[in-house]
Amino acid sequence: MTANTESILEVRDLVKHFPLTQGVVVKRQIGAIKAVDGVSFDLHRGETLGIVGESGCGKSTLAKLLMALERPTSGSVRVNGKDIAAAKGGELKRMRRNIQMVMQDPYTSLNPRMTVGDIVGEPFEIHSDVVPKGGRRRRVQELLEVVGLNPDHINRYPHQFSGGQRQRIGIARGLALQPEIIICDEPVSALDVSIQAQVMNLLERLQNEFDLAYIFIAHDLSVVRHISDRVAVMYLGKLVELGSDADIYDSPTHPYTQALLSAVPVPDPEGRETRQRIILQGDPPSPANPPSGCHFRTRCWKAQDICAEQTPALEVRPGSDHPSACHFAEARDVVNAQ
Amino acid sequence: MTEVLSEQMGSGSHAGALLEVDNLHVEFRTRAGVAKAVNGVTYSVDAGETLAVLGESGSGKSVTAQTIMGILDMPPGKIAGGEIRFRGVDLLKLPEDQRRKIRGEGISMVFQDALSALNPVFPVGWQIAEMFRMHRGTSRGEAKKKAIELMDRVRIPAAKERVNDFPHQFSGGMRQRIMIAMAIALDPEILIADEPTTALDVTVQAQIMGLLAELQRDSNMGLILITHDLGVVADVADKIAVMYGGRIVENAPVYDLYKNPAHPYSKGLLESIPRVDHKGHELYAIKGLPPNLLEMPTGCAFHPRCPYRRDNCVTDAPPLYTISGTRGSACHYWREVIDDGEH
Repeated sequence: MTANTESILEVRDLVKHFPLTQGVVVKRQIGAIKAVDGVSFDLHRGETLGIVGESGCGKSTLAKLLMALERPTSGSVRVNGKDIAAAKGGELKRMRRNIQMVMQDPYTSLNPRMTVGDIVGEPFEIHSDVVPKGGRRRRVQELLEVVGLNPDHINRYPHQFSGGQRQRIGIARGLALQPEIIICDEPVSALDVSIQAQVMNLLERLQNEFDLAYIFIAHDLSVVRHISDRVAVMYLGKLVELGSDADIYDSPTHPYTQALLSAVPVPDPEGRETRQRIILQGDPPSPANPPSGCHFRTRCWKAQDICAEQTPALEVRPGSDHPSACHFAEARDVVNAQ
Repeated sequence: MTEVLSEQMGSGSHAGALLEVDNLHVEFRTRAGVAKAVNGVTYSVDAGETLAVLGESGSGKSVTAQTIMGILDMPPGKIAGGEIRFRGVDLLKLPEDQRRKIRGEGISMVFQDALSALNPVFPVGWQIAEMFRMHRGTSRGEAKKKAIELMDRVRIPAAKERVNDFPHQFSGGMRQRIMIAMAIALDPEILIADEPTTALDVTVQAQIMGLLAELQRDSNMGLILITHDLGVVADVADKIAVMYGGRIVENAPVYDLYKNPAHPYSKGLLESIPRVDHKGHELYAIKGLPPNLLEMPTGCAFHPRCPYRRDNCVTDAPPLYTISGTRGSACHYWREVIDDGEH
C-alpha cells in the first residue's frame, strides 16, 4: 500500500443541498438539508482514504456524489482530471467505468431473481465493449475466483450464500470493469466479527493486486484505522479533520475527533476504571438548520464567541502538521490515554 | 416488589444465584428439519453483577434471552429441556399469569431495535405509563406522572413537554432511552439488554452504556448484556459467556478471557478484531462460516474452523471442562490454547 502522490480523484468545494418544500399545488422552498456542505479532498492512486462520521453527517450522500448518482448543487469531482459531476450521456457512462461501488447491505443490494453469474456479469451488458460476449462467462468465473468464491457456483442465487459470501459477490461486481477507484460504503458493518476480518483482508489483497484506490466509508473507527492510509472525519456535511491514520488516531486536534475516538470501546478490560472518556451530550443538530460558524460548537467544550461568528477553515494550524477545522485545534492523544 | 414476589414464591432464601439458566435446550421445528438453537446452556447472574453473553448471529444468545423472558414464539419454538430458576423457582413450570407478574417486575428486557419495539401509534409517555397501569393498577394521571419521572431519570431533556410525543419524533439514542425507561419502570432485579447499542453511533453508544451502568449501580440490578461487540464487553462486564452454535464454549471472568482465552473460538475472535489503539498488520480471520443449525457438525461444533482440531474433535463433543472455580472451556485441548500465550 505504498501510496504515490498522483491524484486520481480531486474533490473541490462539493456542496449538495436537498430542498425542503412546502405546499401541494404551489411548492415553495422553505429551506434545505445541507447534506454535504463544502467538501474538498484528493485521493491518490492506490491509497485508501477512510471517511468516518456518525449517521446523518453526509457520508453516503458524498459517496453518491462521487459516483455521479446525485448531481451536486455546486463544486466539482475530477476523476483523472475530468469533472464527472458535469459529464453527461456517453461520456458519463465511460467515466463511471473507472469508479465503482460496493454497497453496505449485501442482502438488499443483490437482485434475488438474478443468478450470481448475471449479477457479476451485468456490468458487461452495459459496457459491452469490455469483454466480448463469448468470453463473459469465463471472465465472471475468474472474478468469482479472485474474491474467493467457488466458480462453479455461477448459477446459484444470492439467497444460497451467507452474508460474507454475498458481500464477496458485491465486490466481484465492483471489480468487473477493472476500475481504478472503488467506493466502499460501510462494506463490513452488516457482517459478523469473524467474517468482517475475512472481507477486510480480501479488500486489502485486491488493492495490492490491482492497484486500486479506495474511498472507505464507515462509522466503525477501528475498521477504518485498520484499512486506511489517510482518514477524513466528517461532521454535519463538512470535513473537520484530515490526516494520515497516525495523525488522526494518535494526535487528533479537532474536539469532535477526540470525542469520537474516546467513545470507541477498547477491547481490553485492563485499566477500564481509570480510562478517561469524553462523553458528548445530546445528538447532532439537524442538517436543515446547522449552527452558525463552527457546526460543532453546540456540543463542544472549547466553544467561545468566535466559534459562533467565524466558520473555521480546514487548514494546517500551528502546533500540528495536518489540517483541522477548529479555531482552538490542539493535539491530544485520547486513545492511549489511561 | 420484593415482597410481592417472595409472597408468590415462598421465602426469598435459596441456594445459588438470583437467576440460573440450567442446561437449557430450545429447538425450532421448521419445514427443513429441527434447528437446535440452544443446546444445553448454563449460566447464572447475581444481583449487581454484569454477565456478557458474547456470540455471533445464530449462536443462540437471543433465543436464550427470549426463553428467560417467556416471549419465545411457540410454535415453532419448543423448550426441549432444562430449567430457568429465578430465586430458586423454575420459571418454565410456572403458569402464565405468574410469569406475567415476573416479567417487568422481576426480569425485564431492553431490545435492540427501539423503533420496531415501540408502538408507533401511541405516545411514548403512554407506553411507559402502561407498565404502571397494567402491573400496579395505577390511575392514568398518577401513571403519567411516574412516566415523566422515569423519562427524567433516563435523561430525556424536557421530559414534561415530550411525554406526549410519538416514537418517530425521537432520535435513535432517545428512543433507546425510552426503552430503558420502560424496562426499569417496575424496579426489576434482572435486566436483559439484547444488543442495546448495536444500531447506535459510537458517541450515543457511550451515553447509553454509561446510563445502563449508572442505573445498575443505583438499584443493584443483575445485568445480562447480549452483544457481539468485544469492545463494549471489555468495558462493562464482570464475567463473560461465549456462545457458539447454541452452546457456551467458554465462560470466564472478564480479565481472564481477554488476557488469556481458553477456547480457540474466543481466541480467534479476539485476534480478528481491528483495534483503534494500534494499526496492526493483516487480521487473523477465522476461516469458514458459522454452522448451519439444521446440520450441526458432529463432535465439537467448531471443529471445521478450528486450528487445534484433532481426530477426536470430529467424533466427541467436548463437555464444558472446569479450568478453575470460575472458568470453563468446551475444548478438549484448552490447556494448549491457554499455553499458546497471553494477549
